[in-house]
Amino acid sequence: MSAAAKNPAQPLIVGAGPAGIRAAATLVAAGLRPIVVDEAPACGGQIYRQPLVPDGRDARARYGSEAPKAKRLHGEFAALQDKLDYLPNSLVWNLADGIADVAMNGAHKRLVHDGLILATGAMDRILPVPGWTLPGVFSLGGSQIALKAQGCVIGSRVVFVGTGPLLYLVAWQYLKAGVKVVAVLDAAPFSARVAMVKALPGFPAIVLRGARFVAEMMMKGVAFHYGINKLRFEGTHRVEGVSFEVRGKPRHLSCDGAGFGLGLKSEAQLADLAGCRFAFNERDRVFLPETDEARRSSVPGVYLAGDGSGIAGADAAELSGERAALSLLDDRGLAVDRARVGLLERELRKIFAFRTVLEQSFPFPAHWIADLPGNTTVCRCEEIDVSTIRDAADHFGIVEMNRLKAVSRVGMGRCQGRVCGAAAAELLAAATGQPISAVGRLRGQAPVKPLPMSFAELALPAIGEAAE
Amino acid sequence: MKVDVAIIGGGLVGCSTALALRQKGLSVALLERGFCGAQASGTNYGGVRRQGRPTEQLPLAQRAHAVWPKLKQLIGIDGEFRRTGQLKLARNEAEMASLEAYARTAASTDLQLELIGSRALAERFPWVSRDVAFGASFSADDGQANPRLVSAGFAAAARRAGVAIFEQTPVLGVSREACGFLVEAQGKPAIRAMHLVNAAGAWAGPFADAFGEGVPLGRIYPSMIVTEPMKVFMTVNTGVEGGNVYARQVERGNCIIGGERGLARADDADFSRPTGSAVTRVMQRAVQLFPLLKGAHAIRFWSGTEGAMPDKNPVIGASRTTPDLIHAFGFSGAGFQIAPGVGEVIAELITTGETTTPIDAFSIDRFSVDAALGSGAGVFPQSLQSRGT
Ligand SMILES: Cc1cc2nc3c(=O)[nH]c(=O)nc-3n(C[C@H](O)[C@H](O)[C@H](O)COP(=O)(O)OP(=O)(O)OC[C@H]3O[C@@H](n4cnc5c(N)ncnc54)[C@H](O)[C@@H]3O)c2cc1C
Ligand SMILES: Cc1cc2nc3c(=O)[nH]c(=O)nc-3n(C[C@H](O)[C@H](O)[C@H](O)COP(=O)(O)OP(=O)(O)OC[C@H]3O[C@@H](n4cnc5c(N)ncnc54)[C@H](O)[C@@H]3O)c2cc1C
Repeated sequence: MSAAAKNPAQPLIVGAGPAGIRAAATLVAAGLRPIVVDEAPACGGQIYRQPLVPDGRDARARYGSEAPKAKRLHGEFAALQDKLDYLPNSLVWNLADGIADVAMNGAHKRLVHDGLILATGAMDRILPVPGWTLPGVFSLGGSQIALKAQGCVIGSRVVFVGTGPLLYLVAWQYLKAGVKVVAVLDAAPFSARVAMVKALPGFPAIVLRGARFVAEMMMKGVAFHYGINKLRFEGTHRVEGVSFEVRGKPRHLSCDGAGFGLGLKSEAQLADLAGCRFAFNERDRVFLPETDEARRSSVPGVYLAGDGSGIAGADAAELSGERAALSLLDDRGLAVDRARVGLLERELRKIFAFRTVLEQSFPFPAHWIADLPGNTTVCRCEEIDVSTIRDAADHFGIVEMNRLKAVSRVGMGRCQGRVCGAAAAELLAAATGQPISAVGRLRGQAPVKPLPMSFAELALPAIGEAAE
Repeated sequence: MKVDVAIIGGGLVGCSTALALRQKGLSVALLERGFCGAQASGTNYGGVRRQGRPTEQLPLAQRAHAVWPKLKQLIGIDGEFRRTGQLKLARNEAEMASLEAYARTAASTDLQLELIGSRALAERFPWVSRDVAFGASFSADDGQANPRLVSAGFAAAARRAGVAIFEQTPVLGVSREACGFLVEAQGKPAIRAMHLVNAAGAWAGPFADAFGEGVPLGRIYPSMIVTEPMKVFMTVNTGVEGGNVYARQVERGNCIIGGERGLARADDADFSRPTGSAVTRVMQRAVQLFPLLKGAHAIRFWSGTEGAMPDKNPVIGASRTTPDLIHAFGFSGAGFQIAPGVGEVIAELITTGETTTPIDAFSIDRFSVDAALGSGAGVFPQSLQSRGT
C-alpha cells in the first residue's frame, strides 16, 4: 500500500486572500493540514495586500477603515504557519485529476491533493478605448497596488475613469496620499446611483463610506462627471490628457496619469482547468463557474470561494472561504457545526443581494463598444484591433469566441484573453447581432500565466506523494 | 433538401472535398457537429511535410504538395504557408541510420532529401545544439502553415463557392435508400444525397460501423506548446527522428513545439488537454535541442483529438459494402499536409469513379475486424458517443 492510500492526501487551497485564509483556518481548526499556494510573496490577497518591503506606513495608512480586518487576517494566517504548508511565490499553472502543477521559485512541483478550494480572487475588468495602452494609463487595481504594495503613485495629476466602488475608493486613497486628483469620470449615469438608496438600510456603513469619499473629494476640488461616453486617453509618448463626452458635449482634461477600470472580473481559469461547469451571469455579462450555496462546484471535491467565482467583496470572501471549507470537511465525513453553516449562508445571501443593488449603480458600459474606432487596440499582447476582429468574424463567418480566437489571434497572447476576452465577446456579439451569452467563452488552457521554458530543468521532487 | 453529395465532418478533409466537388459543379451539403476546423484540422502543429511519411503515402502527399503553394488562388488566403524546408535531426547513430534508410527508400519518389553531417549541420543550422544533434535529413521543399487559418479558409471558400454548410449540426443517423442516402442531423430537415462522404475524423468509426465496416479506429491527442514571440532564429520546420520533440517558428516570432500526448478531458472526451508532466518533459527536450529557447516563456499548451489507425495509414476510398459511400478518416496525426490532396482524390472518385493517385494501401477492408461491430443495415447504432481508445 502506498503512503498516499494510507493517509488521504492534504487538501489544497489556491489563494491566500481573505477567502483562502478563512478556508485554511477552518480546515486547520478541524485538524487537517492544508497546503496553501499563492503567487504573491505574502498573504492578504488583493485587498489586504502587504508591502514588498517595509515602507514606513502603518496598517491604518495602508488599509484605511479596513486596517483592523487586514491585521486580524495577517495575524491569523501567521499563527497557522506550523499547522499548514504555505507556498508563497508559487503559481498553480495547471490542474487535472487531483494533481496541481506548480511553478515555485522557477522550479516545477506537482501537488497531489484531496479536496481543492479555489480562492483565486479577481482582476480589473476593462474595455479597450482609444489610448488605453499609452504609458501612464493604469488599471484601477494596478494604481492601488502601486500605492499599497510599492508605496508609489501613477502620476502627479491623475484622472480616475471607469465605474464601480473601486473607482471612488482608489481616487480617495490617492487624494489621501497627497496626489492631485483632477477628476473622477464615471461611465454610469448619475441616475443609476438611486439604486444605492435601496442599499442604504441593509449596509449603511458601506453606502455612507462611499458618500463620504465623494464629499471629501468634492471639498478638495476633484471634478465629477457621470454618464461619460466616447472616452479616449491622449498623448504622444505617454498619457497627457483624457477626452470624453458628457450629455453629448465634448470635454478634455489634462493629466499625467490615469487609473481606469470597470469593476472586477473573476479569475476563473483554474476552475475551468479543474473541469467546473460554467454558467452565464447576466448581471456581470460573463460566464462564471457554477457553485451552490455550500460553495460546491460541479466537480466533486472542488469548492469555490471568494471573488474567483463571482464578485462580492472581501467580507463575502471570508464567509464563503469558511463555508467552502466546511463543505470539504462535510464531504470527508468530518463533523460540521450546522448552526454555523446556516449563519454563513444567511450572511452571504444578504451580501449577494446588496451586491446586486450595488452593481445596478455601476452598470458596465457595454454601449461603448458601438463607438469604438476600428484602430483601437483590443488585444495588446497580440496587437489586434477592433477592425481586425470585426473583419475576421465577417470573412470567416464566425459566431463563437473560440473560433474568433482561432482566426483573429485575439486572446492568444501572454494573458490568454484574461484582459481582452470580455471586450472581444462584446465585439463579436455586436458584430453578429447575438446576445453576449450566445458567443460563448474562451476555453481555458494551461498555463494560466506564462512559464519559463527552462523551469522544467529544475524539477523538484513532489511533495508528500508517490511519483507518477 | 436534396444534393449530389453530403459530407459528414467540416475538418480540412471534409471542407477540401466540398470545395473540390463544387468546382466540378456538384451540389454539396456539409454537416459539422461543432464548428468547421475546430477539431484536429484547426488545432494541429502546422507541419506541412512529406518527409517521414510511409512510402505508400508519398504519391498522395505529392499531389497535396502541388496544392499548398496555390492556396491564395484556391481559398483566397495563403494560410501562412511557407516552404521553409523540414529538418529531421538524429541524436545518435541509430537515428542517423534510420534517416539514411528512409532517404534510400524515398530516392525513387519525388521527395528530394539531403543528408547532412554534423559539421554542415552546425554551419547551416547553428541554433541546433551540437551537443544533442548528430546529423540530419533535410527536405528543402517541405514547410509549414497556420492550421487555424487554413482550416477556416477552406470552410469559408467552400461556403462562398456554394456549399451548404451547416455548423452546430451533428449527424445523428445515415442510411442507404433505394437511390442514395438519407442523412438525419440534429435540428435540420432530412437531407437526401446521391453520395455520402464520411469525413468525421476521430468520430468516423460509427459511420463505418453503420454500413458493416467496423474499423479499429483509435484516438491520439498530440500535445502542443507555444512560446511568446522571440527574435526569429529557427528558419525551418524541425523535428527529430522518433518524433518526441518538434518545433517551428512563425514569422511573428512564436515557437510552436510539439511532442508527447495529452489526455481526453474527464468532462468532455471530445476535447483533450496536455498533461503537466508531458509538457514539462517536452519543454526540457526542446530547451536542450534549441538552447535559444532557454530564455523564453511558454504561454499556452493545447492538444487536439485525432483519429488513429494501427498501421498509421488513413482509410481513404470507396466503401466495400455500400455503393456511393466514401470514407476518409484516421489520418493518424499526419493528415494536415495531405488533406488538400485527399479532397481532390475524393472529388475524382465521385465524379469519375476512379482516381489517378494510388490509394489502394488505404482501403477500409485491410483490417479483418469483426464484422459484427457494424450492423450492416446502415441504420445507426445509438453510439454516436466516443469509442475512443
Ligand atoms: C487589484 C484589486 C484591488 C482591489 N482592491 C480592493 C479594495 O481596496 N477594497 C475592496 O473591498 N476590494 C478590493 N478588491 C476586490 C477584492 O477582489 C476583494 O475585496 C477580495 O480581495 C477578494 O478576496 P479573495 O480571497 O476572493 O481574493 P483575493 O484577495 O484576490 O486573493 C486571491 C489570491 O489568489 C492568488 N492566486 C490567484 N490565482 C493563483 C494561481 N493560479 N496560483 C497561485 N495563486 C493564485 C492571488 O495571488 C491572490 O493572492 C480588489 C480587487 C483587485 C483585483
Ligand atoms: C495536435 C495535433 C497536431 C497535428 N500535427 C500535424 C502536423 O503537423 N502535420 C500533419 O500533417 N498533420 C498533423 N495532425 C493531424 C491532422 O491535423 C489531421 O490528420 C487532420 O486535420 C484530419 O482532418 P479531418 O478533417 O479528418 O479531421 P477533423 O479536423 O477532426 O474533422 C472532423 C470533423 O468531423 C466532425 N464530426 C464528428 N462527428 C460528427 C457528426 N456526427 N456529425 C457532424 N460532424 C461530425 C468533427 O466535429 C470535426 O470537425 C495533427 C493533429 C493534431 C490533433
